[in-house]
Amino acid sequence: MNMLKLEKVTKRFGGLIAVNDVSMELFEGELVGLIGPNGAGKTTIFNLVTGFLRPDSGRIYFQGQDITGKKPHEITALGIARTFQNIKLFYRMSVLDNVRVACHLRLRSNVFSAVLGLSKYSAQERQMTHESLRLLEAVGLLDLKDEKASALPYGHQRKLEIARALATKPRLLLLDEPAAGMNPEETSELMQFIKRIRKEFDLTILLIEHDMKVVMGICERIIVLDHGSVIAVGTPEEVRNNPDVIRAYLGSGAYARG
Amino acid sequence: MDWTMFLQHLANGIALGFVFGLVAIGYTLVYGVVKLVNFAHGDIFMMATFFVYYGIVLFSFPWWLAFLIGIFLTALLGILVEKVAYKPLRNAPRISSLCSAIGMSFFLENFAVVFFGGRQKAFYRPEVLNKTLIVGGVRMQMVTVVTILVCVGVLFFLNFLVYRTKMGLAMRALAYDFDTAKLMGIHVDRTITFTFALGSSLAAISAIFWALRYPQIWPFMGVFPGWRAFTAAIIGGVGSIKGALVGGFLIGMISVLLVAFLPDVAGYRDAFIFVILVLMLLFKPTGLFGEA
Amino acid sequence: MKKKYSYLLTIASLLVFFLFIHYAQTHFDAYVLRIMNVAAIYVILGVSLNLINGFTGQFSLGHAGFMAIGAYTSALLYMSPELKAVNFFMKPLIWPLNQIQIPFFPALLIGGVLAGLMGFLVGAPCLRVKGDYLAIVTYGFSEIIRVLFNNLQSVTNGPLGLKGLPTYTNLWWSWGWAIFTVFFIKRLVESSYGRALKAIRDDEEAAEAMGINLFFHKTLAFTVGAFFAGIAGGLLGSLVMTIDPNAFNIMLTFQIVLIVLLGGLGNITGTVITAVLITVLMEWLRIVESPMKIFGLRIQGIPGMRMLIFSVVLMIAVLFFRHGILGDREFSWEAVGRFLKRFSSFSKGEDQK
Repeated sequence: MNMLKLEKVTKRFGGLIAVNDVSMELFEGELVGLIGPNGAGKTTIFNLVTGFLRPDSGRIYFQGQDITGKKPHEITALGIARTFQNIKLFYRMSVLDNVRVACHLRLRSNVFSAVLGLSKYSAQERQMTHESLRLLEAVGLLDLKDEKASALPYGHQRKLEIARALATKPRLLLLDEPAAGMNPEETSELMQFIKRIRKEFDLTILLIEHDMKVVMGICERIIVLDHGSVIAVGTPEEVRNNPDVIRAYLGSGAYARG
Repeated sequence: MDWTMFLQHLANGIALGFVFGLVAIGYTLVYGVVKLVNFAHGDIFMMATFFVYYGIVLFSFPWWLAFLIGIFLTALLGILVEKVAYKPLRNAPRISSLCSAIGMSFFLENFAVVFFGGRQKAFYRPEVLNKTLIVGGVRMQMVTVVTILVCVGVLFFLNFLVYRTKMGLAMRALAYDFDTAKLMGIHVDRTITFTFALGSSLAAISAIFWALRYPQIWPFMGVFPGWRAFTAAIIGGVGSIKGALVGGFLIGMISVLLVAFLPDVAGYRDAFIFVILVLMLLFKPTGLFGEA
Repeated sequence: MKKKYSYLLTIASLLVFFLFIHYAQTHFDAYVLRIMNVAAIYVILGVSLNLINGFTGQFSLGHAGFMAIGAYTSALLYMSPELKAVNFFMKPLIWPLNQIQIPFFPALLIGGVLAGLMGFLVGAPCLRVKGDYLAIVTYGFSEIIRVLFNNLQSVTNGPLGLKGLPTYTNLWWSWGWAIFTVFFIKRLVESSYGRALKAIRDDEEAAEAMGINLFFHKTLAFTVGAFFAGIAGGLLGSLVMTIDPNAFNIMLTFQIVLIVLLGGLGNITGTVITAVLITVLMEWLRIVESPMKIFGLRIQGIPGMRMLIFSVVLMIAVLFFRHGILGDREFSWEAVGRFLKRFSSFSKGEDQK
C-alpha cells in the first residue's frame, strides 16, 4: 500500500514556480532518494508534505488519507517526521529533553494531572523517559543525555535530530541532507545507521541528499527533480545513466561529451 | 461644518501629518537598518523641545539659533543612545535589545523629570508665527503654513540624502541585506551612527513644529506622539519612507478629524491608536508598502 | 531515595517558613509587613511573567493589564454594597455588581480566572506575531485595558478609582499564594508541557515539526501567566486599599520585566530572589525622594529620582546581566548539599581536585 502520494502538486512563490505539477508515490518500507540540483524544489516538497507550506494545487495523501492543508503538528501526529537541512535542535535543552519533548504529542493527559503528578501522568512520563533513553542508546548518545544540545559536536547533533524525529513514532521519515558536512567515515556510518533504523523501527524513508555515495549506496529507488518537475524515477542504475539527469546536473555539453 | 472650516481642518491635518510623518520616518529608517524598534524615539523628540527651551531661556539664544542648536544636540543624543543602549547588544537576542530600548526610554523620561521638572513649561513661539494668513478666504495659522513648507523642504533634502548620496546608499544596502552589505565593505558603525543622527534630527524638527503648535512641553510629552508616529510607520510599512509619510498623513488626518467630529470620545483617544496598532500588527504587519 | 529526602526537606523548610510568617504577622511592625507582602506579590508577578517570557520565549508586555483585571474584578466582588455606593458617587455602579458581595477568596479566584481569560484572548491572536511586534501588541492590549478602566465610569469608577478597600491581604494570603504560584509553575515547567514550552522558545518551527500544538501551548502559557497576574493584582488592591487605573501602566510591567531579566529568563529561583531584592530596592529608593539628612545637611528630596535610578538599574541589568544572576542554575536540595560539601572541604583546607 502506498505510504505517501503526491498528486499533481504545485507551489508558487510569487512569480517563481518552485514545485511544478509533481506526482510521486512512496510504498511501505521503501528507502527512496530525492535528488536534484540546488533550487530544484526538494526541500519545498518536504515542507509541503509536512504541512509547513500549502500547495497551490494538487493533493497529498498519507496512508490513503488526504493531508493537504493540515497543520504541521497534525501531520506529525499522523506519522510523518522530518529532520532539517540546517539542524534545528532545541539548543538550550538537554539531549534527553530534546528527545523527550518529541514524545509529548503522544501524551494522553492534561495540565492539572501533570502539575499534581497524578499517577496516570507519572506513568506516561516514566514511559516517555524510558523510550527516549532507548532511542538515545540506539543512536549511541546515551552517555551524553544530560549535556546541552548546543555542546554536541556536529555529527552527534545530526544523530540527535534523527533520534528526536524517531521519538514521534513515525511511519514515514523525511531526512533532509543528513550527510551534509560529514567526512567519508561518518558518511558510511550514517548509511549503515539509516538502513538499520529503517528495519528496526519499521519505517519508510525519503531522503534528500547531494552526496551521491549515500544516494547510490542505500536508496532502492531515486526520484530526480529539476526546476520543480520530476525528470526521472528509477533504480540507482537507471537514474545514473539517464541523459536528462546528467543534463540537469552537468549541463547539456557534458552529455554530448559522454 | 462649512467649506472654509473643513479646509482649515484639512490644513491642520496636513501639517500634523507631516509632523507625524517625519517622526515615523525616523522610526522606519532605524528599523530598516538595525531591525529594532527605537522605543526611545518619542523621548528623543521630547528632549529636542527641552534643548530648544533651555537654549532660549538659559542661554538667551535667538529662537532660530536655539532651533538649530537643538536639532544638532538631538542628533548627538540619538548617536549617544545608539552607542550606549543598542550597539553593545547588536549580537544579543532580540529581547535584550527591546528591553534596552524601553529602558532607555524610561531613562530619558525620568532624567527629564529629575532635571527639568515634571511640570509643564511654555515653549517659545516667535512673534512672526502668531499671524494668521488668509488664503482664498480660508484662515490659516502661520504656524501651519510654515510647518508644511519646511517639512516639504526637509523631505526633498531627505530624498536627496537617501537616494543620491553614498551614505544613503549604504543605509539602503544595510536595510536590504545586512550581512552582505557588511561584506561589501560598507562601514557598518558609521552608517548606523548616521542613521540614528538623521532619524533624531527629523524627530527634532518635528518636535519643534509640534511644540510651536502645542506649546506645552513636559517629560512625558513624547509618549503619545511617539506611539502615533510608530503606528504611522507600521501602517505605511516598516522600512518604507514613502509608507511612513503616507501613514503619517493618515494618522494626522484621523487625529484632527476625530477631535473635530467626535469630541465625546476624547477619553478613549489614547486607546484608539493602540487598537489600530494592534489590528495592524495582527492582520497586516507589512503595512501598505512594506516587504514581508 | 534521594527524591524522598528532598521532598521531606522541602516540607520541613515550608513548616519553618510558615512558623516565621506566623511570628512576623504578629510581631513585625506595619511598615515591614507591607514590604513583605509586596515582595510576595512581586514573586507571583515575576514567576508568572517568566512563564510567558522566559520559558515560552514570548515577549509579553501585557502583565499590568492582567493585574488590572484581577484587581478590579476581585474588588468589585468583595466590596460591600455600601462601600461601593460611597465610591461610585459620580455615576452609580451597574447592576448586579452594585449589590453583590462575596468573600475574599472566591473574589480573588474569579479575578484570576477573568485575567486568565484575558490572557487567552491576548495570546490567541498573537500566534504568528514575532518578537518585537508581540511585545508591542501585548503592550497595546495592556494600554487599551488601562484606558478602558479609566473611562468606564459606571463599572470601574473611571479615574476616581476605588478607595477604602478592606485589607484582607496579609502574609498568609500573599506568601501562601506566592508559594502556590512557584509550586504550580515549577511543576508545570518540569513536566512534559514545560518541555513543549521550552521547545517553542528554542525553535518554534522545529517544535511544530515534532508535533507540538503551538496554539495550545502558547495560549496555555499566556492563560496561566495571566491568571497569576490577576491574583497578584487582587492581592495588591486589598493590600494598598486603593485601585487607581493609571497605576497599571508600562512602568509597572517593566518593573516585573526587570525582575525577570535580572533573575534570569527561565530561572524560577533567580526570579524569586530578585523579586524580593527589587521590592526592597524600590522601597529603599523612596528615601531618595524624601528629604534626607546627610552629614547634618538637610537635602530636599528629588522627585522622580526613584524611577531614574530604577531605569539606570534596568539598563545595567540589560547590558551586563542578560543571563540573570544565577544563569541556568536552579535551586535544589542536591545543589545545596554540593555547595555545603565544597564549602566545608574548602574551609578544612583540603585539596580541591
